[in-house]
Amino acid sequence: MSSISPGLAGARDTVPMLVGAAPFGLIFGALATSSHLTPAQTLAMSLLVFAGSSQFIAVGLFAAGTALPVLWLTTLVVNLRHALYSATLLPYARDWPLRWRLPLAFWLTDETFAVVEHRLRSGMVAGGAAYWLGSSLAMYGNWLLWTLLGIMVGQGIPGIAGWGLDFAMLATFTAIVAPQLKTRPALAAALVAGAVALWLRALPYQGGLMLASCAGIATGMLLDGKRKEAA
Amino acid sequence: MNVWLAIIGMALLTLAIRASFLVLGRRWVFPSWLARALHYVPVAVLSALVVPMALAPGGSIALSWQNPYLVGSVCAGALAWYSGRTLPALLASFVLFAALRYFA
Repeated sequence: MSSISPGLAGARDTVPMLVGAAPFGLIFGALATSSHLTPAQTLAMSLLVFAGSSQFIAVGLFAAGTALPVLWLTTLVVNLRHALYSATLLPYARDWPLRWRLPLAFWLTDETFAVVEHRLRSGMVAGGAAYWLGSSLAMYGNWLLWTLLGIMVGQGIPGIAGWGLDFAMLATFTAIVAPQLKTRPALAAALVAGAVALWLRALPYQGGLMLASCAGIATGMLLDGKRKEAA
Repeated sequence: MNVWLAIIGMALLTLAIRASFLVLGRRWVFPSWLARALHYVPVAVLSALVVPMALAPGGSIALSWQNPYLVGSVCAGALAWYSGRTLPALLASFVLFAALRYFA
């Protein structure tokens, strides 16, 4: 651990996430170019937006001819969980200059959040910003590479969307969250969030995801408070 | 619809959301209850993402051993829990998922 630089450590700890995101980049590149986007537009979306789920939804909305304000509103709502990530990481980043905080915010994905939050919480003293940057650049490079590969090969492979490649992300997120369920409040937060998300899965704009997340957070906090009172 | 305009707008919105709190820097200190709440963000959001994907991959609930998404993700989670190593857990779950999907 101590023998390599924080930036490389951040990239290395992100490798499992790269594996999980790769198929999504591939499918995105393939779907977008076989739908309504040119290769340049497809790549630009990965380069500038860099948010997998909203990129997929946008491709669907382009195909449906949705009006711009609706597309933007959808982007806003689908990506709202990133505001929670932004708030969660602020206490660690508060003293860093804006020229670090702004680019790191641009690269703040689910995956980098999970890796970086875990590392910072377990008490990284120095090199936190470099660690975060390493994780970010690994995810960004990976996403661009697989989008590009999807653009190049995707149209030649019909039915790639039906291969079950979406399992990669599910497995990655499950493998990250499972080891974190070691305290009672965390376990309860996960169970409540999961149950509410399942119950509300049909809500539009991933509304169920936000409501379920808030329910889980409230549960964890409530039990956390009780535990502290008892202690 | 102007696709380029759409992309630029999406990019700006996404950046604004991600930067929302991080741009504040030292200008804002969280009240302690909020700091405590944020402690549960990773577990809550990831669980909310994962559970519907595993239990209802096609939209309707499939609580069955024949659901490769459910069995595969349980395998990934259990292995990661016991070993504490993510990548081997993932690769094992990929193999199991593929086997269930193509041979079951």
